[in-house]
Amino acid sequence: MIRIENVSKSFGKNQVLNGISLDMNEPGVTAILGPNGSGKTTLIKCLMGMVLPDGGEIRFKGDHIRGKHLYRRDIGYLPQIARFPDNLKVKELITWIANVRQQPDQRDKFVEAFGVSGILDQTLGTLSGGTRQKINLILAMMHDSPVLVFDEPTVGLDPVAMVMLKNLIAEEKRNGKIILISTHIMDFVEQVADRIVYLLDGDIYYDGTIPDLKEKYGKSSLEKVIVSILSQSVEEVSEPTNGMATHPKVFI
Amino acid sequence: MKEILKYTMYDVVRSKWAIAYTVFFALLTTTFLLLSRDINSSIISLMSITLVLVPLISTIFSVIYYYNSRDYINLLLAQPVARKSLFLGQYFGIASALAVCIAFGLLVPFFIFNLAGSGLIKSTLTLVGVNIMLTYIFSAIAFFIALKNEDKVRGFGLAIFSWLFFSVIYDGIFIFLLAIFREYPLENMALAGSIFNPINLSRILMLMQLDIAALLGLTGAVFTRFFGQSFGWILAMTMLLLWFVIPLLGIVRRSMTRDF
Amino acid sequence: MFQRAIFFRTILWVCLLAFCTVVSAAEIKVCSDCDHQQIKTAVAQAKSYDTVYVLPGLYAEADIIIDKPLTLIGQGFPRIDASSGKSGLIIRADSVSISGVHIVNVQVSHLDDRAGIRVEDCKEFRLTNNHLTNTFFGIYLQHAKRGIISGNIIKANAKEEMNSGNAIHLWYCNNVEIVANEVSGHRDGIYLEFVKESLIRENLSTNNIRYGLHFMFSDHNEYLDNIFRNNGAGVAVMFSKFINMRNNLFEENWGATSYGLLLKEIYDAEIINNRFIKNCTGIYVEGCTRINYKRNNFEGNGWAIRISGGCVSNEISGNNFIGNSFDLSTNSSSSENSFDGNFWSAYDGYDLDHDGVGDVPYRPVKLFNYIVDQTPEAVVLLRSFFIDLLNFSEKVNPLYTPKGVMDNFPRTVKFNSHD
Repeated sequence: MIRIENVSKSFGKNQVLNGISLDMNEPGVTAILGPNGSGKTTLIKCLMGMVLPDGGEIRFKGDHIRGKHLYRRDIGYLPQIARFPDNLKVKELITWIANVRQQPDQRDKFVEAFGVSGILDQTLGTLSGGTRQKINLILAMMHDSPVLVFDEPTVGLDPVAMVMLKNLIAEEKRNGKIILISTHIMDFVEQVADRIVYLLDGDIYYDGTIPDLKEKYGKSSLEKVIVSILSQSVEEVSEPTNGMATHPKVFI
Repeated sequence: MKEILKYTMYDVVRSKWAIAYTVFFALLTTTFLLLSRDINSSIISLMSITLVLVPLISTIFSVIYYYNSRDYINLLLAQPVARKSLFLGQYFGIASALAVCIAFGLLVPFFIFNLAGSGLIKSTLTLVGVNIMLTYIFSAIAFFIALKNEDKVRGFGLAIFSWLFFSVIYDGIFIFLLAIFREYPLENMALAGSIFNPINLSRILMLMQLDIAALLGLTGAVFTRFFGQSFGWILAMTMLLLWFVIPLLGIVRRSMTRDF
Repeated sequence: MFQRAIFFRTILWVCLLAFCTVVSAAEIKVCSDCDHQQIKTAVAQAKSYDTVYVLPGLYAEADIIIDKPLTLIGQGFPRIDASSGKSGLIIRADSVSISGVHIVNVQVSHLDDRAGIRVEDCKEFRLTNNHLTNTFFGIYLQHAKRGIISGNIIKANAKEEMNSGNAIHLWYCNNVEIVANEVSGHRDGIYLEFVKESLIRENLSTNNIRYGLHFMFSDHNEYLDNIFRNNGAGVAVMFSKFINMRNNLFEENWGATSYGLLLKEIYDAEIINNRFIKNCTGIYVEGCTRINYKRNNFEGNGWAIRISGGCVSNEISGNNFIGNSFDLSTNSSSSENSFDGNFWSAYDGYDLDHDGVGDVPYRPVKLFNYIVDQTPEAVVLLRSFFIDLLNFSEKVNPLYTPKGVMDNFPRTVKFNSHD
């Protein structure tokens, strides 16, 4: 379904992706993890066509995505920051996105699920961060797309909504969707993810299942594994290396 | 593109700034119509003010709108819409909304005072027309500059500079050149200088509708002759169109190649 | 001695008048079934002081010479078509009166000054209430004096100066009254050359190619209560002295080189209580001395007044300058002329003691006026933001505008209607 081959990207002198390759064909949840600046969001944006890779290629259902836009009919995307045009009403925004996509949608179901039916007539500028994130989720999920890409879906959600989100993700997984999530919340990852892709300084540091990862590092929780990876990489970076400014590559 | 345009326009038209903009022009027009007995001179005063403010406000508004929309541009980029359609839709949404504001602001008082039959309908419509064109032109230039510059402060500065260039600096250089070459026949230079700057061209088109146009006769018969024939009008309109199309092409090109 | 002369002259006139009414009250009629079918034969047959009545009809006659004192009255505006000859009527005797005729179609000539009515070397004439249409020159006077031209309507469709004559043309005349005529579509509406002590009053002069009224070498004349509209230029007064100009309206004389009033090389004139409205230039002054401009209204002109070189002792005061693109333009920097005590709508000073006089002087010449005088093409920046900035900075710190040219006592209140 999705094939990312040797994708690299730099912003000025800052090399963000270093030739990343990744396939996603099986239904299930893939979590992209990594410290700040490791390239999670850039990788997702490359997939969405927002960032144009310097090298490598991305295929969706076998076709190159460069310069195309129709493939996005099959992707529901949740942006990292939940901001909208301030002067539109909630229901206008939903209608707008629906009109732009021109696909059947299940807006009522998700409006109901996130409990925002009472604020449909409010303008978006007046909403709190958490409420906006709910709207964001509705927009991403309402088109029943076979692929879902969530960039930091948990930001600003209250515990109830968080549970709601987990349930919805679980349901979508059961429906056979390919779901890609980037997040910092390890708890959340442990509960929903089937596969972990750990990015570090523009490379894939680890790609595998959670049990395998725990086993490899001999830790009981994912959080501890991450901490151990990070401290290890910090040690490696701080070691004087023969003029090598970049982080030495570690392949698994 | 249609959907993007439509909702951007909704969004802009409903913002308090757009409403303030409309009300401001409505009040301005009303004041001039009430204070001056002579509608002709009200139109000239209105022209002086709008030719400064309309480009300025179009510039500022477009830049601000673009930078604010960066927050949710990803939501739109994630939809199955070509980038070109998205940004052109946004641009046309902003510019059209501003154009609607100015048209309402200027025309409503004219109709309230029932001046439709006053014989000045032509100059009034010209006034509205040139201001609408300036709105589209300066929104396009500003939108392009904003799209080109990730840094908000730099983009804002450059956009304001573009306005300053067309309303002040250009004329300064122009008058300086005229003074230097005043020993030579300058009619064609004066004409060219007026045509290459969209604000100057708008002002001339406006003046040509009024008695005061006779003063332009000081430059020889060049102006009356030029604008008296369809070639002149076509050239003038082509220049205005170019000022609109070139930034638009810039918007399209830039939107295809940049990262968000 | 002098009084006795007047006494005898009066007696003589009274006798003459009595003689006329008794002896010569003959009336001659001209019409298609009268004794006379032609005006020419009627005039030839008539004795001095007879009255010739021309009844309605079309008379294809030209060069009708009137060489004896005669009254010619048209009834119902009989048409005299002069296309077969040179002029229409030619008056060569004193005390001729013409009224009520309609003279048409005098041919254009480049050799002689053909006219609807020519008056040659005579006095005491009266030309009243006639219509002249397309007559090249309308009424042409040479060496004529003490006559009246009134109530005539003189129309033509002149397209270029070369092929057109003047509606009313006076050459070496004096004591002529030109009153309440309507003249349009000629080269000049009214043209005066070497004319003295004449009065031009209540005429309407419109759409003439060159000037509505034109003085050349004509001293001691006055023109009052006339309207000059949409001519090439309203009035031109050139090389003349002691001209009195009052209560006239100069309106809509638009055109690149168009003026309401053009003054060239004139002395000791009075320009009082006139209105200059929507002219390209209200008054253009060149080489004029001792002219008083008082209580005039300048409204919506391109320039209200342009003063060119060599003007001394012009006094401009008590005028209203309202909404002109340029109030004043002058290339002389000294204060040879006075501009005190006018109302300027562009004045933005203050009047703290409320005496109606602004507390700071007003400089009517702006930087942009100066620039346009130097480089006329710069006028394309008229009404631009840059020019506003320029004028403002010049006002704050004057560098280029003439220092002596200012109104030291600018009025803060408009002068009311001057009547």
